[in-house]
Amino acid sequence: MLTVSNISKSYGEVRALNGINFEVDRGELFGLIGPDGAGKTSLFRIIATLLLPDSGDVSFDGHDVITDYEFVRKNVGYMPGRFSLYQDLSVKENLEFFATIFNTTVQENKHLIEDIFKQLEPFQNRRAGDLSGGMKQKLALSCALIHKPTMLLLDEPTTGVDAISRKEFWGMLQRLKKEGITIVVSTPYMDESKLCDRVALIQDGAIMDLDTPSGIVNRFDKTVYKVTGNNQYQLLSKIRTMDGVQNAYPFGSSLHVYGSPELNLSGRLDEHFPDADIQVEIIPADIEDTFMNLMTRDHE
Amino acid sequence: MKGHVLRAFVKKEFLHIFRDYRTLMVLFGMPIAQVILFGYAITTELRDVKIGVWDMSKDQKSIELISNITSSEFFALNDNVSASHEIEASFKKGRVKAFLVFPNDFGNKLERGTASIQIIADASDPNTANIITNQLTSIIQRWDMLEKSKTLRRAFIDTEVRMHYNPESKSVLLFVPGVITIILMLVSAMLTSISIAREKEMGNMEILLVSPLKPAVVIIGKILPYLMLSLVNALIIMGIGNVVFEVPVNGSFVLLLLECLLFIVVALSLGVFISTKVESQQMALMMSLFALMLPTILLSGFIFPISSMPLPLQWISHAMPPKYFIIIIKAIMLKGVGIAHIWKETLILSLMAVFFIGLSVKNYKSRLE
Repeated sequence: MLTVSNISKSYGEVRALNGINFEVDRGELFGLIGPDGAGKTSLFRIIATLLLPDSGDVSFDGHDVITDYEFVRKNVGYMPGRFSLYQDLSVKENLEFFATIFNTTVQENKHLIEDIFKQLEPFQNRRAGDLSGGMKQKLALSCALIHKPTMLLLDEPTTGVDAISRKEFWGMLQRLKKEGITIVVSTPYMDESKLCDRVALIQDGAIMDLDTPSGIVNRFDKTVYKVTGNNQYQLLSKIRTMDGVQNAYPFGSSLHVYGSPELNLSGRLDEHFPDADIQVEIIPADIEDTFMNLMTRDHE
Repeated sequence: MKGHVLRAFVKKEFLHIFRDYRTLMVLFGMPIAQVILFGYAITTELRDVKIGVWDMSKDQKSIELISNITSSEFFALNDNVSASHEIEASFKKGRVKAFLVFPNDFGNKLERGTASIQIIADASDPNTANIITNQLTSIIQRWDMLEKSKTLRRAFIDTEVRMHYNPESKSVLLFVPGVITIILMLVSAMLTSISIAREKEMGNMEILLVSPLKPAVVIIGKILPYLMLSLVNALIIMGIGNVVFEVPVNGSFVLLLLECLLFIVVALSLGVFISTKVESQQMALMMSLFALMLPTILLSGFIFPISSMPLPLQWISHAMPPKYFIIIIKAIMLKGVGIAHIWKETLILSLMAVFFIGLSVKNYKSRLE
């Protein structure tokens, strides 16, 4: 469906993308996971025919996105990272305008956006700029879907959206996948990567790992210790200096420490912080653990 | 199929315009404010200019001449002094714009054939001072002729200056065409360039670009609404000019509208061209102000005559579309001439339109960079 081979892109001195390769199969929900500035947006723009890469090729359904950009534009739904609809037009006016410029009508492809549309209906006459973040994203998704594309490109659709709306949004993506639409989605939230069929972890313009979420986790070879206790900051600085500890990060109210299975973390910590009420637990690795470790390894 | 896409685009554009009160203010508040401003405030007409007199002779002749001058609608007597230092004081207090000084024995000297009057004008505003002294001189000379004809009954030559096309030297007759030019330039070029730059800045362009929309549809869709609104604007200004200031349209009204249309197209294509070069609304605004508005006001011959500019500036002014439009519009409105007299200017504007449209289409990018 989509083949990205050896894409590189620089802005002056800055290398945004550095030899990116991946393939997306028909009907797949493919995630690009990476922090801000990793190059996700540049990659989306190149696939969406908005930018030209310095080198490399992208082909969509057998069509080159550089030479045959009109085909790509007709068959791809692109939702930019920033809300790009008209803020001063109402929900209805936006939908109708984008339907018209994509040579279709709202009615014609209503079945695709049926359930989103129902949620938007009470706000039909509200200006897009006055919608909540979640509603804005739903409207933007409707507009991206309006011409019945075979592939959706969603650049950070859930950034700045509340947790409930994020969940709803991913629910919609699952339904669209069932309709047979190929979806490429990027997100900075690592927990969302579990909802993808396959993910590519991207950082500094390069893909660090690419597999199914469970495949990536299974390859992780360190033991994860979840540490809780008073005075997290002192705990963390101490743990980072201990022998055998490879990495340690704060994870919400606890710390995750990575190392060999024979670390005896509990005993050693009690020695140093007798009053800190420390609890250590070995937990299965998560995709977030994997990604945090991949990122540091790359920086070293 | 293309038709309804374009219609949807134009409709969307009108919605943007009518929902943004700032755009509306620029569109419709500006022309009215400008006409009123130029018509009333910035005027070079003389009316009740305050003058002072130092009459050393105080005889029948001098009193007659003074009353002759002050009975005209141009001048009003505001000060009467009897010493030279009082003149200075009067100027400094701003009581008068000019002084007439009559020497001793003015009447007798006049009988003998050589009398002189001194006119002292406040030249801190040199333009006005010039107009005042010219007007005073001409009144005095006319009175002098009349006197001579009474006493000597000799034949004399009456030089009478007539100002054609604007017989009363009404400045508003010159300002209305200028204001139409400025407004059309402003509305057309500035607002289109800003509105396209806004699509870029707000990210809307990203979606427009990935849509199957053709560049020509985007450009025409942007141009059409402003074309209509600019034409409405031109009509409003001509209407105000006609009703409030009695500015006539002596030539063909249809020709005038067609020429307006042509100039609007030039201005719009300049606006589109600017928007292809900038990324933000602010840049678009600055570019239109400095690259278009200032030259329109300063170099088009609207305020400063082109013939009195230094040569390099004259060359620049030849490249200014407004220069030609001002010539055209003055010719049609005031002289009432037809296309035969302004075909050269019309042709130049047409060529400029073709040039800038071509340039904008060439510069319109189908990608983000």
